[in-house]
Amino acid sequence: MDKSASGDKRVTEGGSITPVEAVVTPFRKESILLDAMRRDRGGQSLLGLLLLAAILVPLLNLVVPESSILHLSTYSVTLFGKYLCYALLAISVDLVWGYCGILSLGHTAFFSLGGYAIGMYLMRQIGTRGVYGDPILPDFMVFLNWKELPWFWHGMNLFPVAALMVVLVPGLLALVFGWLAFRSRVTGVYLSIMTQALTFALMLAFFRNEMGFGGNNGLTDFKELLGYDLQKPGMRVVLFLMTALFLALGYLGCRYIVASRFGRVVQAIRDAEGRARFIGYKVESYKLWIWVFSAMLAGIAGALYVPQIGIINPGEFAPINSIEVVIWVAVGGRGTLYGAVVGAVLVNYAKTYLTGALPEVWLYALGALFVFATLFLPQGVVGLMKRRGAKS
Amino acid sequence: MLKIRAGRHCGPEFAECLSLKRRIGSKPVMSILKPLLAALIGVTLTLASAAQAEDSPAPAAATADNNAAETPAEAPKDFAGLLAKLPDADYSEKRDLLEAMIALHHPNTRAVLTALLEEHLYSRDADSKIFIADEQADGLHLSDPLTMAPAGTVASDDGLTKIGTNNSLRKYLRGAVARFKLDDPSRKVRLDAVHEMLRDADDATIALLRERLGVEKDSGVRKEIEAGLALADLDSPDADTRLAAAQSLSGTLDGDAYNRLKTMITPAADGSYPETDARVRLAATTAVDHIQHWRSFYGAIETLFFGLSLGSVLVLAAIGLAITFGVMGVINMAHGELIMIGAYTAYVMQQLMPNHLAASILLSIPAAFVVSALVGIAIERSVVRFLYGRPLETLLATFGVSLILQQTVRSIFSPLNRSVASPDFLSGTLVINDALSITYNRLYIVLFTLIVFVILQLILKRTPLGLKVRAVSQNRAMARAMGIRSEWVDAITFGLGSGIAGVAGVALSQLTNVGPNLGQGYIIDSFMVVVFGGVGNLWGTLIGGMSLGVANKLLEPEVGAVTAKIIMLIFIILFIQRRKQGLFPQKGRAAEGH
Repeated sequence: MDKSASGDKRVTEGGSITPVEAVVTPFRKESILLDAMRRDRGGQSLLGLLLLAAILVPLLNLVVPESSILHLSTYSVTLFGKYLCYALLAISVDLVWGYCGILSLGHTAFFSLGGYAIGMYLMRQIGTRGVYGDPILPDFMVFLNWKELPWFWHGMNLFPVAALMVVLVPGLLALVFGWLAFRSRVTGVYLSIMTQALTFALMLAFFRNEMGFGGNNGLTDFKELLGYDLQKPGMRVVLFLMTALFLALGYLGCRYIVASRFGRVVQAIRDAEGRARFIGYKVESYKLWIWVFSAMLAGIAGALYVPQIGIINPGEFAPINSIEVVIWVAVGGRGTLYGAVVGAVLVNYAKTYLTGALPEVWLYALGALFVFATLFLPQGVVGLMKRRGAKS
Repeated sequence: MLKIRAGRHCGPEFAECLSLKRRIGSKPVMSILKPLLAALIGVTLTLASAAQAEDSPAPAAATADNNAAETPAEAPKDFAGLLAKLPDADYSEKRDLLEAMIALHHPNTRAVLTALLEEHLYSRDADSKIFIADEQADGLHLSDPLTMAPAGTVASDDGLTKIGTNNSLRKYLRGAVARFKLDDPSRKVRLDAVHEMLRDADDATIALLRERLGVEKDSGVRKEIEAGLALADLDSPDADTRLAAAQSLSGTLDGDAYNRLKTMITPAADGSYPETDARVRLAATTAVDHIQHWRSFYGAIETLFFGLSLGSVLVLAAIGLAITFGVMGVINMAHGELIMIGAYTAYVMQQLMPNHLAASILLSIPAAFVVSALVGIAIERSVVRFLYGRPLETLLATFGVSLILQQTVRSIFSPLNRSVASPDFLSGTLVINDALSITYNRLYIVLFTLIVFVILQLILKRTPLGLKVRAVSQNRAMARAMGIRSEWVDAITFGLGSGIAGVAGVALSQLTNVGPNLGQGYIIDSFMVVVFGGVGNLWGTLIGGMSLGVANKLLEPEVGAVTAKIIMLIFIILFIQRRKQGLFPQKGRAAEGH
């Protein structure tokens, strides 16, 4: 395919990496999204619910007095914030799995890298308040007897740099990995296993102290973000609102991509990769860019997750976490975007409940969910509701 | 020898012990009562012994002995007499006595010397009789050094006096005992003795060894002695001796010799060498190079072997997957858990028959095969068969199954790791030479993997079942048209792959602890091996697994275990980009099915 130069040229013209921006005027761009959202009932409800949550959660947490039964504890605010981070991660998985047919079993690698990027920033903000009180070096480096900051820690004390890294690092990893994988047409199960190996390798690497990311313990004991104390209830609400905002933006971004011409080509690739290639689309580029975008989204989700949870360690890379994300999407309903959000929130709520109430049952339930969802719920919960709606 | 005899006789056959003692002429009842009595009335030791002489019903023998002790000039010429004088002799006299004793060549001399060296030789206060005591849980088992017959058991050493030794005497004893060991008919005892003597060699032991070298017949023992002597000769003031020693040491692989030679030729800070003679230095340099060469050669063999054994584990874990994934095209994420179930089967078998370790391991191989195969067939019938042709869904569903299996095991056996004991023939080390030793469990796992591989190949290539399996995997529709019940073949194939996973679990139980997470660690590795070797090709799995294992072990000393593993993962990821079909791609029509 690379041999035919003329063919390549045509492909780049017809299906360039950002075809929509190239071809469509800004006005038209907006109308694609508006158009898509107008038909997207699930998306409308999702955004509505997010808006409702964004109003109610601060009210119930900050305004309603603690004695009232309507009061929402700060713990719950953090919990909801966590669910929304997971929802954003689930959307990023659904974008590649549901719309491009790439089953990623390693998306928490991007999620965790985003988390580590913001974690490094938060570590640098601790300054002299650490146990060892070193103004530059984080505690674990002092503990390991390191004399100076490793090169990749420089600049991480600046929020814009860290924020850039949140998307840049996962994006670059996805770019390299995807470029290698898609170019040589590794697909299907092979790709899934390879993504799993990727996150597994990263987990092993981050467990090593020599990597300079805190080894086994990871990064924790954060104090403040942009000068605001992370432990204050008000800050928790702000973080929750930020997460809700990014979830809404992420959703709209994904919706825009799948509704665009680019997205339609991607879906064509999902359904018949060979055919799309023969028609003349450069399949690899389409796959690569949606893959990179998805990885960046996962990185953002990770960056929102870490300040709320207060820790990031190599355990987040564990392959099982990535597979769990896939099951959220499967339970919610793949290829719908809002289904991913539903699935993430439902499964994680069940997890919170079951691990608290009946810890032994949780793995049974999760395992059964995997089997049940794949055997009996090919369209997920959302599909089930749709079918019921169609019947009545 | 001594211990065993004492232990065996003194428990149940106490009556016999008593009768034996009577025959010797001692008075056991009196001897036990006497110290008690003495303690009660609070008399001094001298008084007690005086009382002994009066109270004893057989005073003649005792007084005769005492008299002998008082007149050392008339040294007795028999073993018993020499022995009887030991307790009262001073250290230099003791040495004379021992020398005389050795000269007598009495068969029990070695036991007496060993006991004295280990401070197990006692004299009884009551009648000055000498006993060798063996400390057991229920007290001291006494035996008579004259006959080596057991002489009863006492709870503590009350009423017994230890025959003491000092440093120089102990040194003399060690040499004497070692000399006895050197004369031992067993080759192994001689070798051990040589090793022990060389560990802290001094002039006396060197002389002893030199003496032994003249009469030693066994070449292995000779070699050890020669190497040891040569090492000692390196310290000789005579340059020619040192030269000869350095030359003869080039044939050894011993680490001590290497280090010693190395220091000889390492220049000090001022440029001078510890070894002054240039010829010796030259010989030492040659020897060091030679030793270094062979040690690195054997080191390479050892690394290769470690790699092969790691590769065997990988192959064993992956080969079941090579069937389900490679032949059937089914992604079974619960494969690791089937391995774990096999390992737990070995654990259960061992709990069922705790007294037959070897048998339980051998029996658990078929048992694990059956258990895992049944679980596998259950998975195939209940989940996988609804998802044929949808690999990604199969992956997710079987992952769910793996979580359920893990939690089930956790509920039944607790989340803690269990250890499965290894039978004797699996533990221990095969020492080939100083530089190369191989543990038996690793050796057996390599052999076991090869056996499993051959059996599996035979099943697939030589049996009607294998024919059907291959037929269905190549062209399902055509196979069905030929009258093969493809559903049945699917279930059996899945069962076969799962059963092999169980067998792998038994092997793993001998290497690591058995826990609910055992399988999880192997699933990614197994997939890597199968994909690397080429899907649908058992040879590919074997070669792929072995080469990954060896490569991993080659990298490990350079970069550390974790980094080696990461490098291997990245290598496979890159390799798959280049050669999607793996090392040994399937060719021809069979490949079209995938």
